[in-house]
Amino acid sequence: MTVEPGWYMGLAAVLFAIGAAGMMTRRNALIMFMSVELMLNAVNLTFVAAGRQLEDLTGQVAVLFVMVVAAAEVVVGLAIIVAVFRRRATASVDELAGLRG
Amino acid sequence: MIETIFFVIFGVAAIAGALTMVWARNPVHSAMGLMLTMFSLAVFYVLNLGHLIAAVQVIVYAGAVMTLFLFVIMLIGVDKAEDRSESLPFQRQSAVILGLALAVAILAAGGIGWWTDEGPEQTVNGTIEAVSEEFFDRWLLPFEVTALLLIIAAAGTIALAQFAPRRRDAAADVPAAAGYELEAQPDEAPAEPVPELAEDA
Repeated sequence: MTVEPGWYMGLAAVLFAIGAAGMMTRRNALIMFMSVELMLNAVNLTFVAAGRQLEDLTGQVAVLFVMVVAAAEVVVGLAIIVAVFRRRATASVDELAGLRG
Repeated sequence: MIETIFFVIFGVAAIAGALTMVWARNPVHSAMGLMLTMFSLAVFYVLNLGHLIAAVQVIVYAGAVMTLFLFVIMLIGVDKAEDRSESLPFQRQSAVILGLALAVAILAAGGIGWWTDEGPEQTVNGTIEAVSEEFFDRWLLPFEVTALLLIIAAAGTIALAQFAPRRRDAAADVPAAAGYELEAQPDEAPAEPVPELAEDA
């Protein structure tokens, strides 16, 4: 019994769904951000498995690009969270209703 | 055979880490769960012969990104449990149901072939030489554009860190040495001066 690429894709789908559920349930901005990271990682695993299935190295190259973009996103996102926290002293997204009409 | 053993062990670890990340009350525990998931994914990359991306996963994600997350968690001091009361009724139940539906939908879209199809022999070998050849041969321009993106992100972060406090000081018309507590947050209703602390008590 060998592991097929599809198994990795199934696992990645489960991880992606967990990340999406975390995005919907949690209100702490940091945890929501971590959920986004989890979803990105799940997609990375899909890329790798697909590259193995299709016998193409481009899947792994795509993973590296996603990692670079995710790193940039983390830096900017955390800076925004810190800036918001300095102003409002909260990391809960429910409190940030300043644009509500 | 050995791949199956590793897949089962680290698959369970990855899902357990992800669930911990979503469910833990303490943000530090969440970060630790996410770290476990990322290490498990690095193991999967090695199993798929992605040596370079496994190393990058450990260094960049489990190392740098998670350290940054932990640093911010400590910095903004949310290492206390948040209260979990929801303002919307049935928010959590419907979120769990929607998450399950999403998982089922993705798995169904993949179909039964995912589980039964025989994969090809492993021919892709993501050594540093192979990946960099791909990078600098076919994907040179996107590679340079990501370098530009990193510079923009760094500059944006510096701008966010620098300009936010200055603007607030100018708005409140107090000297910069006056500290955060003295900042009265003029757009805030005076009825609840410190909403976060009051709720957590």
